[in-house]
This record gives sequence, C-alpha cells and structure tokens, in this order.
Amino acid sequence: MKIIVTSLGPSLDSPMDVRFGRAARFILFDDESQGFQIIENTQNLNAAQGAGLQAAEIVSRAGAECVLTGHCGPKAFKALTAAGIRIYTGVDGTVAEAIDRLRAGQLKQAESADSQGHAF
Amino acid sequence: MQQLAVISGKGGTGKTSVVACFAALAGEKVLVDCDVDAADLHLVLSPTILETHEFRSGHVARIREEDCRFCGECMESCRFDAIGPVGDGFCYQVDPIACEGCRVCVEFCPAQAIDFEERTCGEWFISETSHGPMVHARLGIAAENSGKLVTTIRQAGHEIAENQGRSLLLIDGPPGIGCPVIASITGTDFVLVVAEPTLSSLHDFDRVISLTAHFRIPTAVCVNKWDLNPEITRRIEQAARSRNVSIAGRVRYDPAVTQAQVKRLSTVEYGGQAADDIRKVWERIRARTTGLVQIDSH
Amino acid sequence: MKIAIASGKGGTGKTTLAVNLALVVPEAVALLDCDVEEPNCHIFLAPTVDRSEAIGVMVPVVDPDRCLACGSCSHFCQYHAIAGLDTGPLIFPELCHSCGGCVRVCPTGAMSETTREIGLVEEGWAGPVRVIQGRLRITEASSPPLIRAVKKRAPADGMTLIDCPPGTSCPVIAALRGVDFAILVTEPTPFGLHDLRLAVGTVRTLNIAFGVVVNRAQAGNRSIHEYCEAERIPILLEVPDSRQVAEAYSKGLSVLDALPGLRGDLDRLYREIKIRVGPETGSEPRECPAPRQKRSPDQPAGRDSQSQS
Repeated sequence: MKIIVTSLGPSLDSPMDVRFGRAARFILFDDESQGFQIIENTQNLNAAQGAGLQAAEIVSRAGAECVLTGHCGPKAFKALTAAGIRIYTGVDGTVAEAIDRLRAGQLKQAESADSQGHAF
Repeated sequence: MQQLAVISGKGGTGKTSVVACFAALAGEKVLVDCDVDAADLHLVLSPTILETHEFRSGHVARIREEDCRFCGECMESCRFDAIGPVGDGFCYQVDPIACEGCRVCVEFCPAQAIDFEERTCGEWFISETSHGPMVHARLGIAAENSGKLVTTIRQAGHEIAENQGRSLLLIDGPPGIGCPVIASITGTDFVLVVAEPTLSSLHDFDRVISLTAHFRIPTAVCVNKWDLNPEITRRIEQAARSRNVSIAGRVRYDPAVTQAQVKRLSTVEYGGQAADDIRKVWERIRARTTGLVQIDSH
Repeated sequence: MKIAIASGKGGTGKTTLAVNLALVVPEAVALLDCDVEEPNCHIFLAPTVDRSEAIGVMVPVVDPDRCLACGSCSHFCQYHAIAGLDTGPLIFPELCHSCGGCVRVCPTGAMSETTREIGLVEEGWAGPVRVIQGRLRITEASSPPLIRAVKKRAPADGMTLIDCPPGTSCPVIAALRGVDFAILVTEPTPFGLHDLRLAVGTVRTLNIAFGVVVNRAQAGNRSIHEYCEAERIPILLEVPDSRQVAEAYSKGLSVLDALPGLRGDLDRLYREIKIRVGPETGSEPRECPAPRQKRSPDQPAGRDSQSQS
C-alpha cells in the first residue's frame, strides 16, 4: 500500500504540514518496501487557485491509496474520493508517527471535507 | 483568529461607513477591503501604503501580425467573441477585454502565431492606518477575476494577522451574491449584513442570506437609516428571524454620516446619533462572536 | 438606440433613474435589468411575466468508456475546472468558462458538451414598458453569460434602456458592450466622486459616449462639477437630495410623484441624449467579412416556456 503524508520537511522525522493543497511537499511512503519518495509541491504552494485539485491530481497519479493530512477542502475531498483514495484529516505529529498510527488502526477516515475552500 | 465579513447584497446601504466605524472600535485587527471593484474604505481611513504588489491573473492571447495567415481559425474557435479582423489589413486581432484567456486559439492556430501572455489585472497594497494594518486593492479598469484578487488580499490579511498576533480580520465585502462575495465570505466565522429599509434591499437581503446559509456562516443583520421606513425595517427583521439570522440593531438616518465622510472620518469619530447606534451594533456583534467556538482554519 | 445606466458603486440611484426614464420615454421602450445578481427593476414596475426561459452554459461531460485518463483535458483547462485523476477526469462545472478547449484536445473524443442552467431570463409588460430581466441562481459565481442572454432579447428597434450591475469588472463590461450611450449616476460625496472616476475610466476604455447624472445633489457641494469641468464631461441632470424621495423610494412608490419637476427633467435628459448620439450612428455596420458559423457558449437550456407566473 502506498501512503501520502503532507510534510513540512523532506524526511520521515519531519513534522506534518496541516495543509493539503498548499502542503510544502508530499511524502509517498511504500508500506511493502518501507521506502519513501519526496514529491515537491512548489507549484501549488504559490497558486492562487486550484491548489487542492492539483494536489489531488498529484496524489492520484502517484498511485497512493490513502492520504494523511491536517485539513482538506471540499474540491480536493471530492476529487480524492472520486479517485478512490481514502482521506484521514486532523492528523498531526511527524510523518513517521502518522504512518504508525495508521498501521495501528488509530486513525478514522474522514467522511467529508473539514475546511471550506477559500478560492472560488 | 476570527474573521468577520460585512456585506450588503445591494450596494450603497452604508456598509463601508459601518466598517470604518468597526475599524475605529475594534481592538487588535487587520482590515481587508474586499470590495475591490469600488474600493472606498481607504477614502475614510487614509492609509499610508507600505507595500505595492502587482496582481496578475490568468492570461490573454495576442496575435503576432507578421505571422498571421488570416485563416480565421482563431475567430471561429473563440467562444467569447474576442477575435475579429482589424482595419483593411489581412490580420486578426484579440480584444483583450473580451478575451477570457482560455488558450483555445493559441492551441489551434495553424501558423502558431498567437502568444499567451500573463495578464496584469491590478495592484494590491499593504498599508498602515491609524486603526491598524489594512490590505486593499485596485482592480484595473475592465479587468476580470476579482474573486481571485479577493482571495489574494484575504490571504495577505490573514498572514499579517497571524504574524502580528492580531485576533480579528475585519473584511469589507463587495455587493451582490456572485464570485467576489463568495470569495469574501467563505471560511469566515461571522457575517454582518448591512441592509436599508427599501424594497430593493429587502429583496437582496433575502438572496444574500440564502448565500450565507448555504455556506453555514452565522449571520446577523443591521438596518441602516431604519427610520426612513419602519414598516420595511420590521419586514427585514422578520425575514431575518425566520431564517435564523440574528438582529444586530438599527442605525437611524443621520446627515452626520455623510458629513463624516466628507471630513474623511468614521462616523463614530465624528459623532452623532447614528454613531451611538453603530457603537451598540458593534457591542452586540462582539457579544455574539466571543461566544463562538474559535475555529482555527489553518 | 441602446442607453446604459451605470455607476461605479451601488446605491447611487441607477435603478431609480432607469425605471423612471423608461416611464417617461415617449416611444416603445424595453428596460433590460442586467444587474442579474440583484435584479430590482421589477420591484418598481411589477411586470406581468409572460415568458421565462432557463439559460444554460456549455459544460463538458466524459464518456468513461472512451476515456484513457491521459490528462490532456485537465492539463489544457485554464480554469482548474477539471481534475485529471488516474481514474479519469473529474469535472467541476461551476468553474468552467465554456471555452470548449477540453473537448477539442481530447485525443479519443471522450469529451462532449451538455448545458448547465445558471439562471433565468424573464420578460413581461409593465404598462407600455417591456421589462427583460436576468436572475442568477444563488451560489452561481459567473454572471456575464446571463447578462449576454438578457441583452440578446432586446428588440432590434426602438429604445432600449439597460440597468447595469455596479462596479468596473466583467459583469459591467458585458452589460456596457455595444451600447450607444452611457449615463453614469453618481452622488456628491467622496465615495461618489471616487467611484465616478472608475466608471469614467471604464466607459472611456470601451469607447462609449457618456454623460453624468448627479443624484442627491446638494447646493454648495461642487466636487462632482469641478471634476466634470476639468475632464470635459457633460452633466446631464441633477436630482436634488430630498428625504421625501428617499421615503418614496423605500416604499417602492413612484419618485416621479414625490418630485414634481422630475418628469420634465427626464424628458429633457432623454432628448439631449438622442441629440448627442445622433441619427442612428450607433447601428452603423462595421466593416467585416461575412461571419462564419460560430459556436456560442450561451445556449438556452431548453426549458423555453410560455408560462404565466
């Protein structure tokens, strides 16, 4: 299983970024190989519009099955759901801690977007 | 941090005058003038501009005359009637005002004679006023996309408030119910609608509270110049109650409001009966919003 | 002849002027309410609506059987209206500008277009005045397609008055485009003067002949006059500030009754504009080749009905 975690830094010890669309970067963690890959999100960070959607595209194309983040807006939520990706919001701590909690079954899947979109 | 937006549905109800008073009354806040089409708050608050930023949004197509083969593909492709022949020459031209920057003509020009340039739509400013920091903007004439500019300046205001530890973002919203209004109120904690006792305002009030209900934002109304028509004032307030919108008070008709504006002062600084009314409205809103659960949206 | 009534900010008396001018004009007149976010002319004229039509815009739909999920459509879209997921595109119709680009770039022909309703155009008679108004659906963000639909329904002959939305951005441009003359309504306050400047910039950019009407004029306050003299802008009419007018307006009553001299003033205003526009100069045909078949984004959604509502 591949997991995307929004992260402020480039390692598993980095603190998570609470933002999804405007996350500093994504860490794509592969549960089987225990390896990870960094996907920078520079373009979306500065986008005035559509950041959530484009982030959803990145996640979808990376082949991830679930996303661990802080907040997720309605458009990104809709897009991720349509792509069959599970979303866990309200997650904090470091990237590694978040992954551990997911494995331990301590995270609850989000049923709807938890923040309102700013850009319309 | 709390975000409070003041909107009106219909224009000219006295919204900006009310916001200027709140600016004078509120404690630690950042002001954002989201009425970018007809920004007026700076006329009362006389800001000193600290930073100027260019606002670019979207693109505009431009046909290179020397490469145009006059085939007409671009004109046929354009859904916005933005392309037509120029003069008696054999060249097409894009009307930058009508162009919506969709890139269709650029993509399908067989001569690849069309450039796609970033569009400068206006400027936005970070300023200092006697009532604290203010973010405001000037949209270029006939420029589009004010919703995006609204989002840009709200984000800037949000950042300033966070960096300086200010607890309130006070937003002067635009009229209407369209894109700029939606961009002004999404994600706010509280909306005040400034209405006036006219049938037009009553009608618009109904539409604007449907919008705040859609976004599930707690909303209150205050009727400005209420004594011009007590009957319609009552009808607006009735409509408010039936839709779960609270009443923040009434402000009476007072020529001092215009006199204050001419002197470039907020009504509460100038004084008068309307000033007393607005002060009470502000106190009620504070009482209402301090009871709200603090929602920290990233 | 098409006359637009506009102002930089709202609440200057734009709608009041448009409505009362329509009542005074001595020929067949259509009043177009292009303030589709907040249409208010009907409040004062109470037209009997005899025609109501849903207006739609074109938006894309995907045929999943033909889609390769290649991402061409989402990559092309300038408005972020399509998310290119690896399962195929997800469309956000409310962000679409109906440019048709995604349909044309799709390599397998999996994209086609359908219409999405954004509002209504209603028409009706209020006495001798034909009222045509647009009504944008709430939470709908983009009004220009609906404004264009309202304007398309203006009769070819006679007088058309257009009540514009406030501001200087896309909706106003859509309303002002192609008119013969614009009346800019303002009031003698610092806000009024500031917004008049913006409105003047807009009509000058669009190259439209215009003049100013000063509403709520106060003796002694010459700020608007000074500006107009310096800019060589004609002041066509001044309506005095009066609490009576404000009260009549608030009750939806005729301002013509509250202000006895107004009828004559509006008649003179109308005749002056006619002279300024000149004999049919506005409809002078532009030099251009025969128009080719065009695909229009503003198509009726197909609920054209002759309803009596």
